[in-house]
Amino acid sequence: MVTERERISENAVGGTEGSINANAIARAPVMDNTVINERPETNQQPAEQALVPKISVQELDFYYGRTRALKNITLAIPPKQITALIGPSGCGKSTLIRTLNRMNDVIPGTRVVGRVELDGENIYAPGTDIVSLRRRVGMVFQKANPFPRSIYDNVAYGLKINGMTRSRSELHDRVEASLRAAALWDEVKDRLKESAFGLSGGQQQRVCIARALAVEPEVVLMDEPTSALDPIATQKIEELITDLTEKYTLVIVTHNMQQAARVSDYTAFFWLGELIEFNTTEKMFTKPDQQMTEDYVTGRFG
Amino acid sequence: MHKRLIEENLNQMRDKLLVMGGAAEKAIMLSMRALEERDSNLADRVIREDDAIDRMELELDQMCVDVLVLKQPAASDLRFVVSVARTAPIVERIADHAVNIAKHALALNNEPQFEVGLELTKMSNAVQGMLIDGLDAFTSGDPDKARATIERDDEVDSLYDLFYSEIISAMERDPSVVGRGAQWLFVIKHLERIADYVTNICEQIIYMSRGQVIKHSVW
Repeated sequence: MVTERERISENAVGGTEGSINANAIARAPVMDNTVINERPETNQQPAEQALVPKISVQELDFYYGRTRALKNITLAIPPKQITALIGPSGCGKSTLIRTLNRMNDVIPGTRVVGRVELDGENIYAPGTDIVSLRRRVGMVFQKANPFPRSIYDNVAYGLKINGMTRSRSELHDRVEASLRAAALWDEVKDRLKESAFGLSGGQQQRVCIARALAVEPEVVLMDEPTSALDPIATQKIEELITDLTEKYTLVIVTHNMQQAARVSDYTAFFWLGELIEFNTTEKMFTKPDQQMTEDYVTGRFG
Repeated sequence: MHKRLIEENLNQMRDKLLVMGGAAEKAIMLSMRALEERDSNLADRVIREDDAIDRMELELDQMCVDVLVLKQPAASDLRFVVSVARTAPIVERIADHAVNIAKHALALNNEPQFEVGLELTKMSNAVQGMLIDGLDAFTSGDPDKARATIERDDEVDSLYDLFYSEIISAMERDPSVVGRGAQWLFVIKHLERIADYVTNICEQIIYMSRGQVIKHSVW
């Protein structure tokens, strides 16, 4: 007998990457409801959060081959706030952040079931323009990965390929604004033509943030953006992150619980592919609703 | 499972708070005996030994600051540390009230006995019982016991009201006892205040164990 899970996985092999059709969505709840029922008190939507979500993850399952890495995730990411994703290694937090701009599409054998809505539109709907999606939902990675180009060209790159500026001076203004937004302008304004590789690790990461900001995204995803940085560079990035909420919605994956506590407004705790608790950061770190969250934030895990 | 690094700090804080609480209990007990037995040596001892309680308060305060910055506690650990930081000064004030009772004992012991037939031990036993149970509830993190202890504050309050009017009547009957009567009014006021402080400790226990703030509220 072919189980639901196997049928979904088989579809994944033959199906187009990351595509979701109505049938897949309709099938998903068969296994998913059990997960929800096991933990009916899970607070997936903080009461304080009255805003319309910027990103709405709905009953999302993610498979690497037959491994179900995300299990029925439903999560509403509020606009212009910082949402931190925490949890032990392998809990699915990086997988989840990568589903938010379809960065997982490039990994062969993966399969998404469920919906991720950006401003109410399913980004996994057929015909979604991935390039435009990734312009709207930018990403900064764990290791600073500037292009082997000048500082200026790194930031100008996205603007050029997207044809976002009409003149040299407009391009220059946008590069400057982005470097300022990334709190880097004063440090690099006299060496814009030098290679980005000549910068320190923290500065390189801020070049990557400037590059992400240059194309005017609405959401910025950060996957452990400071894990390779020293404390001072980390502090600068954290200050920068909190400033960015004036204009952007931020989602940050971090292994550092104190970092989540310091910078984020909301925190989601994942364990073995499940969302255990989503709450205001203050509540998560003072009086979490779930015993598992309590055990994790007090270091009782494992 | 491995022992968490913070566990040692939390245990030390719990132990020290208990020792401090025990010292405050003893101070109340001795100051009341100093009154009842008209023993000024006991009163002197309470006053002398208060320094150790003050020192423990400072030590606990430092331990809380250290653990906050060095171990960065969260959730129940954080609530425990915050509760210790709030409770140690309360225990210190309780001991100060015991010292004040001891000072009244010194004054009263130089005067003739004040015969109004107060069952003062009834009130002091109630207060000491509340303190002992409150500290027990802190150690075990038992919110139910804390709540039950808070409710006993009413009993202390009515004993206070009763003794207050008895002392006033005695002073009205015989103006020569006004000086002593006034001292006794202070003694029962100190006992009543101690019970209020135990109530504050119990409120911290409920915050510590449930994350619930019941201070200044009707529940």
